[in-house]
Amino acid sequence: MGVLELKNVSLTLGGKRVLSDLTVDFWDGHIHALVGPNGAGKSTLANTIMGLPGYTDITGDILLDGERINDLTVDERARRGITLSWQEPARFEGLRVDRFVLAGAKDKSTETARHVLERVGLDPDRYLKRAVDRTLSGGERKRVELASILSMEPRIVLMDEPDSGIDVEALNRIFDALADFKDRGATVIMITHSQEVLKHAEHAFLMCCGSILDKGAVGRIDDYFGDHCMPCDHANQPDEDELKGDLA
Amino acid sequence: MSPTQQQVETARELLASLGEIGGHIKGDDIAHLEIHGNEVVGAHLVPGLDVDVDQIDDGIEAHIRVRKGTRLAKPVHLCFGMLPEEGLQHIVMDVEAEEDSYASVQAHCTFPNAVAITHKMDAVVRIAPGATYEYFERHLHGKEGGVIVVPKTKVHVGEGARFKTEFELIKGQAGEIDFEYDVDCDAHSLLDMIARIWGRGHDKITIREVARLNGEEATAVLQSHIAVKDDAVADVYNSLAANAAGARGHVDCKEIVQGAAVARAVPVVEVNHPRAHITHEAAIGSVDSRQLQTLMARGLDEEAATDLIIEGLLG
Repeated sequence: MGVLELKNVSLTLGGKRVLSDLTVDFWDGHIHALVGPNGAGKSTLANTIMGLPGYTDITGDILLDGERINDLTVDERARRGITLSWQEPARFEGLRVDRFVLAGAKDKSTETARHVLERVGLDPDRYLKRAVDRTLSGGERKRVELASILSMEPRIVLMDEPDSGIDVEALNRIFDALADFKDRGATVIMITHSQEVLKHAEHAFLMCCGSILDKGAVGRIDDYFGDHCMPCDHANQPDEDELKGDLA
Repeated sequence: MSPTQQQVETARELLASLGEIGGHIKGDDIAHLEIHGNEVVGAHLVPGLDVDVDQIDDGIEAHIRVRKGTRLAKPVHLCFGMLPEEGLQHIVMDVEAEEDSYASVQAHCTFPNAVAITHKMDAVVRIAPGATYEYFERHLHGKEGGVIVVPKTKVHVGEGARFKTEFELIKGQAGEIDFEYDVDCDAHSLLDMIARIWGRGHDKITIREVARLNGEEATAVLQSHIAVKDDAVADVYNSLAANAAGARGHVDCKEIVQGAAVARAVPVVEVNHPRAHITHEAAIGSVDSRQLQTLMARGLDEEAATDLIIEGLLG
């Protein structure tokens, strides 16, 4: 049994079935990858697990430690240890880095803020008093966001394209953070289009058209990157009519 | 003349109401002036800074001069306030920053027990060529507001001079704030104005800022960051005119609205020279949903997340 289980989860948005009868186990303390073409439903799945507004009207069950969490709000899920890092982290005008990284921290001391910044390779003396705004580059914001997640000591981390828009140095820090999460026994579910990132996972799911097409060891899914698709009945960018046809 | 024991006590109480800030006003090299109602209850000057205060019926008239070439290394602390629940404090201020001088003024206006207090200010500020004058006005009000704050300021920023001002409510409820700035800027001068206010309950906030960039290469930034909730109302009127070659300016108004509160922004940007340029940006509405979701995904409930976002916006 996984720490996080989805049982027959489906979601329809704007008349379109975007998640289709998903039954998935995410094992405790593992790094899982979700791969698949654009529009496959990867981010939708992450948003649904997090319970973001617009992604809660599902059928099926989401279970954390065997307990149904469908009706929990985003913050309630977060307080139970689930969190999400976005592909493009939000900017917060005027909000200082120290305030941001400690927002969900278990230990809200300055030492914690310094420590988590160091863990993502940002010099606390240079960054603690800066704002999480447009003066930070995309890579810096990504690392600051990761620091805010580290301070939470979460149990389940959903990472939407952790390598998006960042340089090699930042990417290495994100890999370090992945190792950190694993060392602490956290479960990571990361969405990626990158073969490089996939190498850091232990288990992968291949998604297409809101369904899991395949799952297993990373090497098993690796072939997907050969031609950016796996043989299936779906077109790469399904349109609504096609989906309806497939699901009929 | 030495202050009386009563004045010393009043000054101490005023500074105590500032909390941590009050403790900073120590040392022979720090100029400060404390006004309670229409009475000077504490003062200390430093070389290069002249302050003359005359008592008027409901307040004081202050003449402040930063002498030519004086560079004040430490901020000048002004404390205006009233400890009673009711009353009027009228501050008339004439400021002259002479050529190539520098002064940074921290003005703390404290009305900790206010129920029906009016704090009026009529100020004229002249900043001579090459001088820099900074004026940071921080307000500390009681929990229930009970203050009407009406500052009106006319400023002339001379050639190559700089004027920076911030208006911030750092404690308590706003009450009614109606402040007005009217600024003329000469060539190569710099104007930087920002107001940060959080209105609650039945607070009423009005900001009127008018600036004219009359000289070549003069620059200005006018920023208003306002958050209103409950039944509070905020009106922001920014007017910026660029009248000379190379004059550049930016007007930025951000207002977060919650509950039954109302926010309005009325920007006027005017360019009267083909080589001048002004930009404007306004965002009025609810808290950004992505920001909110990010903080909620860290475990903050909606109210705590909103407060943190607003705390950032209001600096």
